[in-house]
Amino acid sequence: MAAKAIEVNNLTFSYPDTDEPVLKDINFSINHGEILGIIGPTGAGKSTLAMCVNGLVPQVINGEMEGTVKVNGSKVSESSVAKMSEEVGFVFQEPENQLSQMTIEEEIAFGMGNLGVPRDEMLGRITHALDQVGLTGFEKRSPLALSGGQQQRLAIAAVLAMRPSIMIMDEPTSMLDPKGKNEVYDVLKNLKDYGMTGIIIDHEVERIAAYCDKVLVLHEGEVQMFAPSDEVFTNIRQLHELTLNAPQVTEFLASYNQTFGKDVKLSTTLEESVNNFESACK
Amino acid sequence: MEPYISVKNVSHKYPNGVTAIKDINLDIHEGEVVAILGSNGSGKTTLVKHFNGLLKPTKGEITVGTMNTKKERISKLSSQVGYVFQNPNHQTFLPSVRQELAYGCKNLKMAEEDIETRVQKAIDLFQLKERLDDNPFDLNSSQRKEVAMASIMAVSPKVIVLDEPTTGQDHKGCKRVLELVRMFKREGHIVVLITHDMHLIGELNCRTVVMNQSEKIADDHASVVFSDKGIMEEAGLQPPQITQFANQITSFDETKTYLTVESIIEWMKANKEEDVKVGTGS
Repeated sequence: MAAKAIEVNNLTFSYPDTDEPVLKDINFSINHGEILGIIGPTGAGKSTLAMCVNGLVPQVINGEMEGTVKVNGSKVSESSVAKMSEEVGFVFQEPENQLSQMTIEEEIAFGMGNLGVPRDEMLGRITHALDQVGLTGFEKRSPLALSGGQQQRLAIAAVLAMRPSIMIMDEPTSMLDPKGKNEVYDVLKNLKDYGMTGIIIDHEVERIAAYCDKVLVLHEGEVQMFAPSDEVFTNIRQLHELTLNAPQVTEFLASYNQTFGKDVKLSTTLEESVNNFESACK
Repeated sequence: MEPYISVKNVSHKYPNGVTAIKDINLDIHEGEVVAILGSNGSGKTTLVKHFNGLLKPTKGEITVGTMNTKKERISKLSSQVGYVFQNPNHQTFLPSVRQELAYGCKNLKMAEEDIETRVQKAIDLFQLKERLDDNPFDLNSSQRKEVAMASIMAVSPKVIVLDEPTTGQDHKGCKRVLELVRMFKREGHIVVLITHDMHLIGELNCRTVVMNQSEKIADDHASVVFSDKGIMEEAGLQPPQITQFANQITSFDETKTYLTVESIIEWMKANKEEDVKVGTGS
């Protein structure tokens, strides 16, 4: 059987000088080509967990770690962060903090340069990466002249050009306007077509429900739920117990069923919820 | 009634030649909560920075209370218009919550006794008693934001401006922001929100100004703005998911715009007949 894209076993991690671990006995795995959403309240350990997957934790951000994290079958602990960056790309919250070059072309070349990609190969990859995020024709512009959504797509393109098999995005849309948010999620959706695996951390449950195959709910360092998106977001009672919410349409159908003693099938997307509600009303 | 803030034919052209806002007219009255919506770069922040004199109009005039912002010092204006930044790290820098709360008042050279009373009121309203000796940087982002809001409130400006108050906040944090906005209103403040958060505006059910490419393109109640497809499209906005849902349900009152899950449930409860029709399932 082929190795999982990501496999986490009995992972526990504590930051130095803290009593309680920030991650407690985490277990989950995702297959190649799947998109995983990680949700949970502030301080649940979401970013720490994501950084365990590319080895930033504990290799750069120190602490005490137990258990194993495997990427494509290999233990992350046995690889350097530099080596891991070829397999796992990481996009952060604030696009401006990740951009450093004068032109968009150079921005994308920067990461590849660090990997020692030959020049001819680079040009091809730049063209392809810009195409993947819808920024073709922007090569010579300054990254700072882009909108927030475009900057974040550029940050993603720079990571894509390094050809990782896994892409992790930590709240990539929180600084963006609604249009920018949609742009980033559309890129996320396309990852599948390129055979990539994705992890996204976000508070935007409606977009997570629409774009992710599976959802992991983290609360105080523990995995509270790990299941296909539909299953997680229709379990309204448990979400509320964890101070989380479901998409508005799911919240509505559940509230409607409860208030009026009905049994409309819950859904987590707009279109399906409209259909379920309309057909129940006929 | 005279408006508290009166913006008359205001344009602002930055020294680099970019016109960030163009011919804006806007009156804001006592007791109002006003949301300012629009994509990144549409001019929202430029507009609001005129209220406390951080920017002066290059054309037109703004009156705040009885002050003409062109003629008044920023310190005087900022005692009436408090600005809570998007990133609390940009305004919290003292080693304890207690000192942070008093900072704004001290800056305005208020009398010691007066400061004490004001800080105490902020402590009570924000329930910060237990946290007074904490370092703001040991608090999580949501708590830090609250401290920033509390220290602005201690100054007791007539107008409180909240710049993207829910960005990066979890569900609980967003609910708290909603409570705080209502509390500000109850305490007699005018609240101006710059936000991308359509759910927040839906819940507040407030006046909504839409900016697009430096111009004001809409100024009406949220339910009116959200149901104006032309405006929404022009500004690159989508109403909350629940509003989109309600718009597609044939048995719902077409003349109404529903902004929250609860408002639909309440409406259904109040319209029993409709409920029977909607609810009779298969």
